[in-house]
Amino acid sequence: MPRDASQPAADVAGVPSRRHGHGAVAAVLAGPALVLIVLFLIGPLACVALLSLTDYQLGAATLNYVGGKNYAEMFSDRVFQKSLTNTLLYVAITVPGSVLLGLGAALLIEADRGLRTFYRAIYFLPVMATLIAMSIVWEFMLHPQFGIVNQLVKALGLSRIDWLQNQSVVLFTLCGTSIPKDLYEAAAGGGANSAIDRFRLVTWPMLSPVTLFVVVITAIRSFQVFDTVQVLTKGGPNKASEVLLYTMYSEGFEFFRSGYASAVTVVFLAFVLALSALKVFVLDKRVHYA
Amino acid sequence: MTGNRLGPFARILRHVVLMTLAVVIVAPFVWMVLCSFKTQSEILSAEIRLIPHTWAAVENYTAALTRVPMLRFLLNGVIVTLVIFLLQVLVNLPAAYALAKLRFRGRSAFLGLVLLCLLIPVHATAIPTYIMFYKAGLLNTYASLILPFTISVFGIFLMRQFFMTVPDDLIDAARVDGMSEIGYFWPLIVVADQALYTPPLGVAFFRLNDQGTSYGPLMAAATISIAPLVIAFLLAQRRFIEGITLTGMKA
Repeated sequence: MPRDASQPAADVAGVPSRRHGHGAVAAVLAGPALVLIVLFLIGPLACVALLSLTDYQLGAATLNYVGGKNYAEMFSDRVFQKSLTNTLLYVAITVPGSVLLGLGAALLIEADRGLRTFYRAIYFLPVMATLIAMSIVWEFMLHPQFGIVNQLVKALGLSRIDWLQNQSVVLFTLCGTSIPKDLYEAAAGGGANSAIDRFRLVTWPMLSPVTLFVVVITAIRSFQVFDTVQVLTKGGPNKASEVLLYTMYSEGFEFFRSGYASAVTVVFLAFVLALSALKVFVLDKRVHYA
Repeated sequence: MTGNRLGPFARILRHVVLMTLAVVIVAPFVWMVLCSFKTQSEILSAEIRLIPHTWAAVENYTAALTRVPMLRFLLNGVIVTLVIFLLQVLVNLPAAYALAKLRFRGRSAFLGLVLLCLLIPVHATAIPTYIMFYKAGLLNTYASLILPFTISVFGIFLMRQFFMTVPDDLIDAARVDGMSEIGYFWPLIVVADQALYTPPLGVAFFRLNDQGTSYGPLMAAATISIAPLVIAFLLAQRRFIEGITLTGMKA
């Protein structure tokens, strides 16, 4: 993050002494970006909030204002309740796992010179691979009968586990498959050279701002869990791995209930923005961007 | 960074811990590649062996490339990523320059907007953007895969920082961001035509198409789909890791 790179605007070289001297040039240079920001970010964001108050279904000729009906339906819906609980549980498991392993690995890698480049490369490898390909490999490795994981479990004298078909195990399994990828992100958050030096000096690292920062961004990422669920479990068995984005996806893009799916999106967004606000207001307080 | 500063015991312990974790991380990759060389009967056998008894590499990779147009998917991935990269440079680089070097009315408002947009996850805008593309008849086209990613507020922000400090690393910044995959979620939603599939969709399709039963070819397809990025990474790993450490990370 830009905590070190930011400079006050007055230090910028080449700024003319006239105030507002580059209006026309700036309009040409920044105009396209501004149009696209409105078209693909701000506009859709406003629309999602408005749509969540309507009964719009994709392809329907009309839409009606229904007030909070979607929200009322959502919060009384067993699937949504399950989805919200699962997402929070997923975040609660993945974040400590990724952060502890990630920061621990980063500290250990940077603590000594031996094989440092090798370890950096290995721990970075999962970032390069698409989660989909790795999900499919995991599905194969977790196959109840001939998957390598169960073969190892059996070799240890334990009984086989239906990793992805067992209601009480499935969510943990999904966490496990995504941690290798989250791990590097967590490590990188604390592993930027200056940060790691700062981090090492802190005697009680759990309280350091670096750790808090990494926890928040890992949590934001974990809230966005979707790929593994869509490929491996479709939210099953019996909704045991249903998560917010999967609910949004199936309502919005399989049943085309755009209004209801927008309401789910708003809830998802509220969590992500709350975490972002924590990051911005608590952690970046001292940073001046402009 | 400094050199060795651990005692001999701590040094060994460091390797034990890091190696154990490294084995867990690498295991899926190794197992995927090994199984892509094995016959179906060997994959289904109860015996665990690393090196294939009978080699079926040619059969598996031929199947992966012919049963579904895997090369086409890879080409789609390249086309989409390349066009996104070019358009991002065209749109975001000038905006970043304006923010960093020019003085104009509304500059801090624009910067504020960019910072605000950094907080918006891609999934949050999916429904309205989808409806917009549906109305415009753009669903199921390359345009639908590319357009939402032509704007990158993260790219603008990053390049602005670079303009204000180290302009040399600009292209690195752009590349790191352009490389950040368009992912699985969006292509899954907007593309129905197989001819437009990107590699992640392609592998997922392969798995569904084969009912997930012929594992050798499936592992071959998975290997093919991640090979280009992994090989590119191994060839240029120093620059990749430095670039990413330098730029921090997306949030």
